[in-house]
Amino acid sequence: MTRVAAFASPRVQRILYPALVAVVLLGSWQALVTGFKLPPYLVPSPLLMFQTLVTDWQSLGGSLLVTLKITLLSFIAATVVGVLISFLFVQSRKIETALFPYAVLLQVTPIVAVAPLIIIWVKDPTASLVMCASLVALFPIISNTTLGLRSIDPDLQSYFAMNRASRLQTLVRLRIPSALPYFFGGLRISSGLALIGAVVAEFVAGTGGAATGLAYQILMAGYQLNIPRMFAALLLISLAGVGLFALMAWLTKLALGSWHASELSRD
Amino acid sequence: MREPPAALAGALQGSATPAVEVLSAHKTYPNGTVALQPVELTVQEGEFVTLLGPSGCGKSTLLKMIAGLLEPTDGRLLLWRKPVAALEESQRKLAFVFQSPTLMPWASVAANVRLPLDLAGVARAEADSRVMDALALVGLAKFASALPRNLSGGMQMRVSIARSLVVQPNLLLMDEPFGALDEITRHKLDADLLALWREKKLTVIFVTHSIHEAVFLSTRVVMMAARPGRITEEVLIDEPYPRSHDFMVTPRFAAYAKRLQDSLLRASHDTDEENRA
Repeated sequence: MTRVAAFASPRVQRILYPALVAVVLLGSWQALVTGFKLPPYLVPSPLLMFQTLVTDWQSLGGSLLVTLKITLLSFIAATVVGVLISFLFVQSRKIETALFPYAVLLQVTPIVAVAPLIIIWVKDPTASLVMCASLVALFPIISNTTLGLRSIDPDLQSYFAMNRASRLQTLVRLRIPSALPYFFGGLRISSGLALIGAVVAEFVAGTGGAATGLAYQILMAGYQLNIPRMFAALLLISLAGVGLFALMAWLTKLALGSWHASELSRD
Repeated sequence: MREPPAALAGALQGSATPAVEVLSAHKTYPNGTVALQPVELTVQEGEFVTLLGPSGCGKSTLLKMIAGLLEPTDGRLLLWRKPVAALEESQRKLAFVFQSPTLMPWASVAANVRLPLDLAGVARAEADSRVMDALALVGLAKFASALPRNLSGGMQMRVSIARSLVVQPNLLLMDEPFGALDEITRHKLDADLLALWREKKLTVIFVTHSIHEAVFLSTRVVMMAARPGRITEEVLIDEPYPRSHDFMVTPRFAAYAKRLQDSLLRASHDTDEENRA
């Protein structure tokens, strides 16, 4: 009875169920590759993929660090710039009305189309990659934080006005705490986008031989028909994305856990 | 039909200092909706005045104008005989309690109560001791570090009242503060509010749509009617304090309730007649 209860606890389920899916998927992948005798230059087996990951760790691990560095730098840049722009937007509706279309413009312009320009204009390869990835990650932060800064209880706002709170007091004591849940929602989306932006920008730049991130590894492995290595690099990118998401979820819980409805237990 | 309120209240409280004077203030929205026809209202220091009326009678509008949350379209508002804008910060001792507790969900009970002091730049040590005093007054001293969401609706309302008392107000404005609570909790809070009013010698203007609450609490009930919002009648509740809940089952209480009920019906009938015409 207690053993059943332990398996039924939501904490265990949250790890157990996805793990079961992974085992089933990897198992059937392995079985299909062995059963149909697929050559490794078309579809490598998961075992081969993990083997390659270990044997090529020297270069793959270094590339992972490069990609992670660009992802984190652009994520931080996007967060800082995005939050500052949001503060500007909520100062007046006129500013927001005038500038918001350009934020949208930024969002809808495909980064692959802009990246070559940025790479030509900005000399330092790291800086150019960070700039591309930041552009991709910027919009969710702006739109979520702006929405959050506006989503304040009108009665509380009246209360602040009645107590003659200054603009700064209202911002620090009311707008920013009210915006936190939205801001963290934006962070979750943007962390993934920063990684995608970093990889895409590297693809564009990588052909020039400047970068040695994971995207470059995938490109090179493609030229050399080293498909197992391509899969290993892909795996690393996915794992990095999952890790970032988990980090954001943990940060959200840390910041909002005690008071916000989204973080309360639903058992 | 309307009695002269100043003379009445003066006789009642033994003082004649008006805390609030509303001089033909009215509110018309830009789309032409008349929220409140020009009204005259004087509230003496130490009075407990209830604004009673159906939805849309402008009772909240009137209260918000007194609080300075809404500008009247025309007319004047005096607090302690001065226009609101001319009052110094130290003279402007009014506190507003909203219909909902209006607490900051991320801040502890103590931090919520300390908010008006923080905004006014009161030193931390003094603020903290005043916060504890205010929480003790509403019986929540043990919950200082709790978060609002861990408290019941009635307790959250008490926090809101503590936040209004911490500024040591002379004038307490309450906009249907207990409307969302269950009846038992409401009775308890009504009784506690009366005790606070007497102890702190507050002036209270209280908005409600409950006839029983109005009779139980007030020294004077100002009756209002809707479409357009206006004052129809003022009724003095000439009963001694302290009032216990036994007062609510006396024939005198029933007589007051009947009188207010009739007045409300008459007013709504008049409105219907006018609208038909």
